[in-house]
Amino acid sequence: MIHLTRDVDQRETASGLKVREHYDVEDLVDFEPKEALGKPGEYPFTRGVYKNMYRGRVWTMRQYAGFGTPAETNEYFKYLLEQGQTGLSVALDLPTQMGLDSDASLAQDEVGRVGVAIDSLADMEALFAGIPIDRISTNFTINGTAAIILAMYIVAAEKKGCSREQISGTVQNDMIKEFLSRNTFIFPIKESLQLAGDIIEYCATNYPRFNPISVSGYHIRELGANAIQEVALTLLAAITYVEEVKSRGIAVDDFAPRLSFQLGASTDFFEEVAKFRVARRLWARIMKERYQIKNPKGMKFRVFSGGNGISLTAREPLNNIIRGTLQCLIGVLGGAQAIHVPAYDEAFAIPTPQSARIALRTQQIIAEETGIPNTVDPLGGSYYLETLANDLEDAILALIDRIEKAGGLVKAIQQGTIQNEVLEQAYRAELQVQKGEKTIVGLNKYVSDTDEEETIPIFNVSPDILQHQLNSLEKVKAERHNAGVQRELQRLGSAALEGENVMPYIIDAVKQYATVGEIASALKSAWGEYLQQS
Amino acid sequence: MTLVPRRILLAKPGLDGHDKGIRLVTKAIRDAGYEVIYLGLRQTPENIVRAAIDEDVDVIGLSILSGAHLSLTNRVMTLLKEQASEDRPHLIVGGTIPKEDIVKLERAGVSHVFPVGSNFTAIIEWLKGLEDGGDTFD
Repeated sequence: MIHLTRDVDQRETASGLKVREHYDVEDLVDFEPKEALGKPGEYPFTRGVYKNMYRGRVWTMRQYAGFGTPAETNEYFKYLLEQGQTGLSVALDLPTQMGLDSDASLAQDEVGRVGVAIDSLADMEALFAGIPIDRISTNFTINGTAAIILAMYIVAAEKKGCSREQISGTVQNDMIKEFLSRNTFIFPIKESLQLAGDIIEYCATNYPRFNPISVSGYHIRELGANAIQEVALTLLAAITYVEEVKSRGIAVDDFAPRLSFQLGASTDFFEEVAKFRVARRLWARIMKERYQIKNPKGMKFRVFSGGNGISLTAREPLNNIIRGTLQCLIGVLGGAQAIHVPAYDEAFAIPTPQSARIALRTQQIIAEETGIPNTVDPLGGSYYLETLANDLEDAILALIDRIEKAGGLVKAIQQGTIQNEVLEQAYRAELQVQKGEKTIVGLNKYVSDTDEEETIPIFNVSPDILQHQLNSLEKVKAERHNAGVQRELQRLGSAALEGENVMPYIIDAVKQYATVGEIASALKSAWGEYLQQS
Repeated sequence: MTLVPRRILLAKPGLDGHDKGIRLVTKAIRDAGYEVIYLGLRQTPENIVRAAIDEDVDVIGLSILSGAHLSLTNRVMTLLKEQASEDRPHLIVGGTIPKEDIVKLERAGVSHVFPVGSNFTAIIEWLKGLEDGGDTFD
């Protein structure tokens, strides 16, 4: 007998995987829990990278923050730490991200706007004045200039008396996703990957607790990729970095334990939770089977979960608090090591102290009121979740295989095929929303005349920032030993031309108070710049 | 005077790299039958205005998600007033624009603001409105 409903009620996940009415034990007949899941903290780490997960230590609450001058952001960091935030995540302004000083002509509208302005070591020292960086890990969302910012952080920390073992944190340093989606690239692809490799190599030898990279699917997701594309591209990017460092004759076991990741937490709840589990399983297998590493630490997909900004709405913005809560839950049930919840006003401006506090409180409420962290991987073994994870795994592996057979990720980026594929997906998804086929409450369904936007406070960047920053930059340039700066910049330029690891040279230049713009220029002179085809 | 928008120039001024919106809008407007020139990322106001005059476009669309929309748009508008002839192109702006700034942009001479969440159809309808002569300068 044919049931009419079978054809009518077809449902699928956000990435197009079929979802049936219910799932049962038969769905997992070929499922070998020992092989597919393992125990928490054990290969293939599907259930989590640590044995006791949040019972041992709750995830790091890491709200992205930064604006204006280093002194302003320093005060704000102290406020966030007083509020119980457990790690710092530094937002840098666009000139800093693009390798420009605050006095560059292209920078004048952007200084201190989407993040804090950093021109020289003096700014980094001011940013962390009075903050115990020996006990706090700091994440920098920095890519094109990651080597420079890392050098400044290291030097500032060591000047404060931190030992190499005490310096912990992360530089994002994922250039592949910059070419794919985030667009703060500076140097050509080859040199960008080489520089990323320099950072990984340098940290592996010198800074055992620093994560030299956070391979990020998050931003590819923000561009509109689905969960399958997100994980496949993240893993392919990670493989590209491993190959870059391995080609220098360094054993993968020596640096793999410090590779870290960032994924987005989007809206399709169970698919998103399953995605984190599958990413862990696949990475562990890649490291064990493809690279045959021995140290299980190098097989752990340690991940930062970032709530997807694009799923937030400008209409009825307070609804975004609920969306942020669900995104935080995805990160927790997905077993993330650190979580960011976007502030509800993200569609308008960078957060106000109030909206940032609510985002932090969202995490604290889930961590301390709900009992959710009391047991490891509470959803493990769910018929639906494990089936979904298996289906996702098949789709991700098929995409990885297709891209590798077509010549690999870097080639696909150079040809623009991947960017187009993701944009096509984004366009389809956007049309679904605009036609009302995919519901966004308050935006295309239950649209009300009351729109709270008028009553929520919006963050305004002070107009004096540019002048403040120009003054301090001028002071640094007047007080430093300029001959020393020129000498170190020249040494850096030669090292870049000769293909040496540039990290030690950048550190020497930073110690002389060379600026972000000067160091980036020295590298541009050696390597040239990347120009995107439009 | 009735303006028939044949050519539209889209560009991202400033350092902001968020280009999903402008790429999708480019595609949507092209699909609706308009000729769109997308200049790309990190265009200076000078570049944008020069291209607009050289390409003889009817509408310039800027996309800014970095919060620098007021100063960047004002600079484009100033150059446009200086350099373009009387039937200068319309300037429209999209991005993360708070409501209070929409008014400021319109007061500065921007013909329309499409904040994040705007539908493609709203943009296309607005362009069609120009053809009907429903919208003129000043």
